[in-house]
Amino acid sequence: MTTSVKARKAPLRPGRVVLHVFLVLTCLMTLAPLLWAVYASLRTYDDTARNGYFSLPESLTLDNFSNAWTTGDLPHYYLNTFLITLPAVLLTLLFSSMVAFGVSRFSFKFNLGLLMLFTAGNLLPQQVIVTPLWRLYRLIEVPEWISESGTLIDSQLGVVMIHIAFQIGFCTFVLSNYMKTIPHELTEAARVDGASVFRQYWQVILPLCRPALAALATLEFTWIYNDFLWALVLIQTGEKMPITSALQNLRGSFFTDNNLVAAGSLLVALPTLVVFFALQRQFVSGLTLGSTKG
Amino acid sequence: MSEKTAHGAPDSPAPRGRARRKKATALGGGDKLVLGLMLGIPTLIHLLLVWVPTLGSVALSFGSWDGIGGFEDIKWVGFQNYVDIFTSYPRFWPAFRHNVIWLVFLMVLPTVAGLFLAVLLDRKLRFGRIYQSALYLPMVLSLALVGFIWQLIYQPEQGLLNSILGTTENNPTNWLGDPDINLYAVLVAAAWRHTGYIMLLYLAGLKSVDPALKEAASLDGANAFQTFTRVTFPVLKPVNIVVFVVTVIESLRAFDIVYIINKGRNGLELLSVLVTDNIIGESSRIGWGSALAVILLLISLSVIITYLYQEFSKENRA
Repeated sequence: MTTSVKARKAPLRPGRVVLHVFLVLTCLMTLAPLLWAVYASLRTYDDTARNGYFSLPESLTLDNFSNAWTTGDLPHYYLNTFLITLPAVLLTLLFSSMVAFGVSRFSFKFNLGLLMLFTAGNLLPQQVIVTPLWRLYRLIEVPEWISESGTLIDSQLGVVMIHIAFQIGFCTFVLSNYMKTIPHELTEAARVDGASVFRQYWQVILPLCRPALAALATLEFTWIYNDFLWALVLIQTGEKMPITSALQNLRGSFFTDNNLVAAGSLLVALPTLVVFFALQRQFVSGLTLGSTKG
Repeated sequence: MSEKTAHGAPDSPAPRGRARRKKATALGGGDKLVLGLMLGIPTLIHLLLVWVPTLGSVALSFGSWDGIGGFEDIKWVGFQNYVDIFTSYPRFWPAFRHNVIWLVFLMVLPTVAGLFLAVLLDRKLRFGRIYQSALYLPMVLSLALVGFIWQLIYQPEQGLLNSILGTTENNPTNWLGDPDINLYAVLVAAAWRHTGYIMLLYLAGLKSVDPALKEAASLDGANAFQTFTRVTFPVLKPVNIVVFVVTVIESLRAFDIVYIINKGRNGLELLSVLVTDNIIGESSRIGWGSALAVILLLISLSVIITYLYQEFSKENRA
């Protein structure tokens, strides 16, 4: 079959040329907003103030990036984000793989109900729960070394927890589908050899789920990194905001210098762009794992 | 299930009780506890932080409360919040209308474009991977960031769009400030991000279409268009449902981008903004915000239930 395809590709048909031209143009149009931001970020404020943005540059510089880095206090906000994102991703994967293991390896009556509960919960718009959650967080008391407010409100732990609670749904759904494709004989054999339930999970099933876990980790990292609403609502101190929610503050500190805004935006996008280029396959398979199972 | 009950069934007069005991011994006390914790802890977290607040929204929507003091300060007012929202809240119907426009727009433009691109890319094509990557690159950006980036395009005097159109001088179009057009300007930006996602979903779906089917159709004399509408598209039904669900939920969740642009005012009101305004905005009317949340809940549940039905009834058949 591959040879026939190759044979067909050899003579360049006009249809193919049109297709390529169309696709190249579409791709350029898709990338245009980002390229425009890159272009603006590389020019000086004076240059664009004199000549407008829609012009050839007098000079190109990286100054805007270093400026945005320091005036926006970006390292601080990156740190905030990673303090929220990393535990949230790890714990989401841990919890959801445990549930997925349970429902895919054992036949409890409530399996289907549990899966449906998780899936439905994951699909709810956040605004449905945000008001009572905010109230609830003010009622849950935590020691002061976790949160200065004495409750979950205005604490990064609170944001981590809601991310976990929400994302468990999607990951459980994907992982349980994945685990169902692993033959039961494997855990049966382990059980006969005297392996405990936890060892069956940790040493038999989990290692086999590495591709799915990698895909989900990539996807969840992007999603949680990109979260805007939870932190905006649940965190009140601007200093504690993760970087995406802090965008609003950044604009304030960049006043109306669009070049600086562009550079700042690109810096904020950088981690997700790096993930995209480095782990594209995982990213894509994570998305499609959840949606199509044949 | 079959295996476990099969063990217990033959020799027991009371199959249910025996089967349960069998299962217990098969698992052993420690294992049972471990498994209970493995399932129980995540379920508890999910229930406590997602479903309890959901029910909380429903309960609070029948009360009037400014959020100060304890729960005993809530005045229960029945359906009054709903009545007020539907009849005398000036921001509700515009927001509702904007959500509907949002949904229809996303349902039409990115879905059609995404499907079209997926069909184009679903073949052996030189640079195919590069095209794909470029097309779904926007979806790794947060909607908040999309708002930021597109502001550089939509600015009246310095933006790319007016520069290209040559309308930067005297009275340039204020794409994000004019309440008649800003919703659509924002929707273009949202669609920009959404299209790549839809394309990916359809591409995955198209890969699962049996090539033999298409071959048979073309042998029978069907042209490419007929093959697509008669053979390929029907096979894509599960993907269509996923796309539908994703788009509806995305439309109901839409918030970040309008909040970044102008806090969801002046033509960019959305239901999600109205709810959020009751927590972080100037007005703190908990019952009111909850009633709005319940309206969102009811709309989304209708879609969620459709999806669950499709997804899990398939599972049972398999």
